[in-house]
Amino acid sequence: MRRNQVAVVGAAETTELGVIPNMSQIQLHADAALNAIADAGLKLSDIDGFATAVETPQQMCHYLGITPTWVDGTSVGGCSFMLHVRHAAAAIEAGLCKTVLITHAESGKSMIGKLPRSIPADSLQGQFEAPFGVYGPPSMFPIPVLRYMKTYGITHEQLAMVAVVQREWAAKNPRAMMKDPITVDDVLNSRMIAYPFRLLQCCLVTDGGGALILTSADRAKDFPRKPVYILGTGESVETPMVSQMETFTSSRAFKVAGPLAFKEAGITHADVDHLMIYDAFAHLPLFGLGDLGFMPHEETGPFIAAGHTRPGGKLPLNTNGGGLSYMHSGMYGMYALQESVRQMRGIAPAQVPGAKISVCHGVGGMFAASGTIIFTNER
Amino acid sequence: MAEPMRARPKPTPETQHFWDGTRAGELRLQRCDACAHVYFPPRPFCPSCASRKVSIFKASGKGTLYSYVINHRPAAPGFTPPYAIAVVALEEGPRMMSNITGCPQTPEALELDMPLEVTFEPLDAQITLPLFRPAKG
Repeated sequence: MRRNQVAVVGAAETTELGVIPNMSQIQLHADAALNAIADAGLKLSDIDGFATAVETPQQMCHYLGITPTWVDGTSVGGCSFMLHVRHAAAAIEAGLCKTVLITHAESGKSMIGKLPRSIPADSLQGQFEAPFGVYGPPSMFPIPVLRYMKTYGITHEQLAMVAVVQREWAAKNPRAMMKDPITVDDVLNSRMIAYPFRLLQCCLVTDGGGALILTSADRAKDFPRKPVYILGTGESVETPMVSQMETFTSSRAFKVAGPLAFKEAGITHADVDHLMIYDAFAHLPLFGLGDLGFMPHEETGPFIAAGHTRPGGKLPLNTNGGGLSYMHSGMYGMYALQESVRQMRGIAPAQVPGAKISVCHGVGGMFAASGTIIFTNER
Repeated sequence: MAEPMRARPKPTPETQHFWDGTRAGELRLQRCDACAHVYFPPRPFCPSCASRKVSIFKASGKGTLYSYVINHRPAAPGFTPPYAIAVVALEEGPRMMSNITGCPQTPEALELDMPLEVTFEPLDAQITLPLFRPAKG
């Protein structure tokens, strides 16, 4: 895709984040969508392209009263929204639609109107993983960690520092769920969830949502907000079975999506001012830093432990506090995108001064899928 | 009341040979007749070269501990925490998820790369699960 042909002109989260017992999942979608529409100064009738995940485009378009000419129901887990941005940019460039609304919402905590997730007994996961006691993401996502640690010499303390540093960012974000400072000892003494990970190394479980509106860069200059351009994009999938990943020392989907986006953007790692790496669990920023080519995997743990990703550090990472401290409704990718857009607009609570390029990297369905979006505020 | 049973696999036409194998005390893998690639989970074609000419064979049942978690909470139905969910690197190349029996479910007892051997645990009359234990000698 060509650089900077499409821009984000509307971006908003749900009015509330956290525990929202008075809204169903589809209403959380609508709340985010209406906030994004207002942010862009549009009406719902201006929307002719629509994308969402888990909930279907047909469900959400009918609920919102939208009649689209382009839809995308790509649902590959928490990074689905990165893929939606990529697909929407291609669709707008191809002339299939003009103004795309992407919504995410999940009643992840209150579980109101949330579709049940189940693994059929005759699926491959049902036959070759479920019988061995995997039960939700905390029992699956960290399975590669011990191999990663042994291969690269990563320590428990370094993996604890991921949570410590992100809490420092969260403290600067009024909407973050968890803002109290924590130490490495706090992390390593928190309740064991799935060894080697403890409670503070696992994402939050919350309610909330977010929505984005994209249009062509040429139209974007007429909108009320500062346009945020799509500079580069990448996507891939590997396997829904964590046990069947090619290796536990890297994510193949990361290694495809990340470099694709960098190549398309025509930037080097030194050009990156701001970075989001979807952190459902504490090891993901390490996998991301390594697989996106910021540094060899051996250096990821020491890099974070040395404070290079904390406020004031040379590579600001997960500046909203991340899935570990900001919020995590189940499919966090939308919140990472929202923070990248805020940073590029220059309005983030923990704003990185003068940031011009933001890389937003998502993961989905454990390591099943990945999407990378590179934003810029300069055309 | 008895604890709810652990998740019970339901074979498909493509995987029936694997579950027939475990019931007969064999760990069965597939090998491509065209390119010799050994793979898992089962399917009637080679995921490496797409050949439909593939053979089923009895694996050695030997492997090593590739990685694991020790799950504390939430525990799956039929499991008493803490229990290890392991990925075993089989001698023939593929990896598979399993549980490690005959050893404490602790980081000290579960050392990465330790040699393992398969053991078969019947779940009911139809389904037998392939589990692994520390290899003897």
